[in-house]
Parts: sequence; structure tokens; C-alpha cells
Amino acid sequence: MNVPAPALAAPRAARRLTGELAALLVIWQRDMLHYRRDRFKILVTVLQPIMMLTVLGAGLASLLPATPGGADYRTFLFPGMLMMTVQAPAISAGVALVTDRQSGFLREIVMAPVRRETVLIGRCLGGASIATCQGALLLPLAGIARLPYDPITLALLLGEMVINAFMMTALGVLLAIAITRTESFYAVLSIVTMPLIFLSGAMFPVSGLPGWLFSAVLVNPVSYAVDALRRTTVARLPGPVPATLFDGPRWGGWRPPVLLELACIVVAGVAMLALASRRFSRNP
Amino acid sequence: MTTRLPPGDSRSAPGSEDAGSSPSAAAAVPVIHARGLAKSYPEGPAVRGIDLTVPAGQTFGFLGPNGAGKTTTIAMLCTLTAPSAGRARVAGHDVTTDAHQVRRHIGLVFQDTTLDQGLTAWENLRFHARLHGVPASTAQTRARELLDLAGLSHRRDSLVGTFSGGMKRRLEIVRGLMHRPRVLFLDEPTIGLDPQTRAQIWDHLHRLRRQEGITLFLTTHYLDEAEHCDRIAIIDDGQIIAEDTPAALKTVIGADRVELRTNDDRAATAQLRDRFGLDAVADGDSLWLRVEDGAAFVPRMCSALTVTIRSVTVTRPSLDDVFFHYTGRTIRETDQPEAGR
Repeated sequence: MNVPAPALAAPRAARRLTGELAALLVIWQRDMLHYRRDRFKILVTVLQPIMMLTVLGAGLASLLPATPGGADYRTFLFPGMLMMTVQAPAISAGVALVTDRQSGFLREIVMAPVRRETVLIGRCLGGASIATCQGALLLPLAGIARLPYDPITLALLLGEMVINAFMMTALGVLLAIAITRTESFYAVLSIVTMPLIFLSGAMFPVSGLPGWLFSAVLVNPVSYAVDALRRTTVARLPGPVPATLFDGPRWGGWRPPVLLELACIVVAGVAMLALASRRFSRNP
Repeated sequence: MTTRLPPGDSRSAPGSEDAGSSPSAAAAVPVIHARGLAKSYPEGPAVRGIDLTVPAGQTFGFLGPNGAGKTTTIAMLCTLTAPSAGRARVAGHDVTTDAHQVRRHIGLVFQDTTLDQGLTAWENLRFHARLHGVPASTAQTRARELLDLAGLSHRRDSLVGTFSGGMKRRLEIVRGLMHRPRVLFLDEPTIGLDPQTRAQIWDHLHRLRRQEGITLFLTTHYLDEAEHCDRIAIIDDGQIIAEDTPAALKTVIGADRVELRTNDDRAATAQLRDRFGLDAVADGDSLWLRVEDGAAFVPRMCSALTVTIRSVTVTRPSLDDVFFHYTGRTIRETDQPEAGR
């Protein structure tokens, strides 16, 4: 192949970039098309956290006497439910990758003159968008959790869900890339997701856990995701908040600020995505 | 022969290399050029060093039983698998060092469907077009044109999941052509389809050849399909054992096969040897022999033989015979072990 003239190199790189961006967009678009078409799935995925919030929340709320304008167990549970709502469709991005491999569609993607990283980033953006949409559907229930409909709080929660969804999607994609056998993938998925949620403080406070379990909480990125959401929900709450219940992961007694927590989530997401890309480039 | 650039696509693709040479020289450059291409897996070699030269505009058939190395060869030419040895240039680009450029200029139709069944025909085509950098407006017109050619225009907005097997295959061929590739690779394009649908697919491919002037490279283990090709390479156990036009390959076998049933085979055999110097072979309750021009031979034979002839069949040599000639097996025999999977 001829060596391109130096003058041509720059526009060629630019064309290359627009090509990759177009690919990214169309991969995202395909995921959104699938999402919009499956109304039933949208409903079912939202239903589970709603049931947990109303049934489990109502049952356990009696353990914690509510103060006027303050937090109770449902307030505590709400961020966890947001996380669970985001987590399921985000992990589905990995499932979609496995399905594409099974149906053969993955080969259509792999055959395209597009970088493998682009394919995975597109997938993650698609999964994160869907997950955020699902999470947004739950926000109107803030009232059940005794939260005022404060636009700033809701906007912040939505923003945090985007970040959390991205990290969870990256995890799902990494698992899908690392485990090529479909059956093993589903087995690993169920083994991995349960402790991620249970050891994140989504359902119960982590401060009471024994030391060895607490270390698991500290390395679990979902802990920071849940804690960031939780601190945002109560930040503008007029009434009192029970401190021990709403405590989060601490690094040797120091509680990292929300922004640092979010940064950790982004780093974890990017790291998993990079790992997945590397594997995918070698062995689709 | 003109160099075909994708419309509305200004990237410096295939034209840039051919620009300096004359159009006739460009046409002489083979679209596929492989030397010593080989692939080994830990289980053993799949392709043992093959040479291929396919000029532009040709339909090239790759014929062989399952497991002969056809799919592996396609995978190497399409940059999906890295060769263990040898080199190949497809559409003017090296498959190992310049995979992206190769991918821009080839289309690939896989053995089993790779369509998204949850999307409509148009959405599948649009996805492919965008992934290959075809501008949106071009994709629209191109899809209309190709769907028309495939007889699928009326199903443009139906979900692919509702399509029949033959329609899916035609749509897949359409999709492979969306970005105006120079070569379309088809891996067993008619496998698993009923004879009528197979004929439809071939009609479609012939129309495409006429209208698009595209090079087709296809694998098949159906011998009758190989007859649609300009040239055929017979591959067995990872090696090309013969390569020529279907007609030329058949002349290797030489002659037509005349099969006759008589009331007295022994007398017929003797008379055939005496009058024509031909050795007839007894096969069950019939005799067969090879002659240069079967149609002309039959009347002469009928008037020369004194025994009663009950029936005569003349068969032109088939590629099955060719395959048998080179390998000592029929394709069907070689397929047996895999038939049950």
C-alpha cells in the first residue's frame, strides 16, 4: 500500500475518527431501538424494585420510628433500589453481547472496519442509557421514600445514575468478553451480582458488618455508587437523618467525599472497559 | 473496466492505487491474490498452503467437502483469521497488515444468518451502512436499489424475524453489498435451503453480477452450484487439487457416460468391443461406458448392436465425477461423518 502524503494524513485521521463516531452512534442506536421495542421488559424491570420498596420498605419501616420531615427505612432503601434498577439493565448489556455472539450478529459487527474499542464503548453507552432511563422511571416514587420532589436532588441522582450505570455496564461487558461459554456466563453473572448488591449497603447498613466482610464492601465499587446516591438523597432533606444507618464505606475512619466516590466509580468502569477491549481485540 | 468508488465517499480508497496506471492495467490486477496461504490450529493444519488468483468480475467457486478448509480460507481472506503462513492481497490490500482497508472493500455473507432478527430489514441495512461509513443519504438509495433487485422492497419495514430462510439469505446478500464492496464472499450461500429457494438465490446472484459487475467468491459443497461459476478450485484436506473452468475440469473426465440396459449384457459387451473398440463396465443389471460424444454415439450403437436394447441414458460428466477423479471419493461420502452433527 502506498504511503500517504503527509498533507493527506491529517484529514485521513479526521475521517477515521468520524467513522468511529458514526459506528459508536449506530451501535448505541441499535440498543435503544431494541429497548424501545420491548415495552414489557421495561415494565417488568421496574416492577421488581417498586415491589421491594413498597413491601420490604413498609415492613421494615416499623423498626425505625419516623420523625416528621426526616428519614426512615424507605428513605434508606430508596438509593439501593435506584442502584438495583440501574444494575439489571446495565448488566444486560453484557447479556446482549453474549446473545449477539450466539445469534451470529457479533460477526457482522466484528467484520466492520471499526476498532473493537469503539464496538465496546458503543455497547456501554447503549447499556448505560437504557439503565439510566430505567432508573429515571423510578424517581417519581421518591415520595414513598419520604423524599421531597426537589428538582436539584432529582437531577443529581439522575447524573449519578449515569455514572453508576456506565460502571455496571462495563462490568457486564467485561464478564461477557471474558467468559465465552454462554452457560458459564449466566452462572457467573448470578454469582457475581448478588454479593455486589448485598455488600454495597443497598439493603442494610454496612457499618455493622464484621471486619472481613467490611473489606469486601470497601473494594466493591457498588458500595460507593450506593453511598453517593444515598448522601445525595438526604443532603437536602429538611428533617433529621439517623447517622449510623446512613453511614457509608470509610477508609480507616475517613469517609471519602461524594465526588471522590464518583471518581472511583468512573475509574473502575474505565479500567474494566479497557480490560474488556484488550481481550476483545485479541479474541472476539 | 472502470474502478468503482463508493458514491459520496471521498476517502482515498481503491482508486488511489490504481490512479497512476491505465484502466486496463487496473483490470488485470487480480482482486484476490494469495500465495502459500496456510493456517494451522493446535489440532492440526486446516489449510496447507494454497495459491489463488481471482481477476475482477469473476465468479469463483471453492468446492470441497465439509472440513476441507473452505471456511478457514475465507476467514483468512476476510481478515477474520490471521494466516499461519503465506500472504494474501484482497482488493489491493494485504490481509494481515491492512485489515481495515480490506474490510472496507469486501462484503461477507456467512454460512448461518448474522442478521438482527429484532430489527427491520431497513434497520439492519442502515446499521451495516453506518458501520461501514456509508453516508445516510447514499444508504437510502442504495438500499432501495438492492432491495428491489432482491425482490424484498415490500418487506423493507418488516422485522427480519418474520422472514423465511430464503428471504433472510437474500437480505444478507443485500446487506453485504451496501458499502459497494469489490468482492463479495459467500460461505455456502445456499446451505440449508430447499432447491427452489436455492435457485432463487442464484437468480439473485446472477442479476447482481450483471448489474454490479462484482467479483463473487463462494464456497459450496453442492456440485451443481459450482456450475454457476466461471472458475472452480477443488479443495480437499486443505489443499487445492484442481483449478479450472467447470467445462475444462469436466474434460479431464473426458467423456459422456452412456448407460444401457439390454436383454443380453454379455453379447452387448462383446459387440461393443468388436465394433467400437470400447470396454463396457457391468454395473448390476446395466452396462456403462465412456464415449466422446454420447448423443451422436447412441444411434450408431443402436443400429450396430444385434441384442435388444431396453433403455439408454447419456450423462454429461458432472463435477461429482471430477471430484471422484481427483480424490477417489464422492463428496457425499466425505460428508458422511459430519452429516449427523
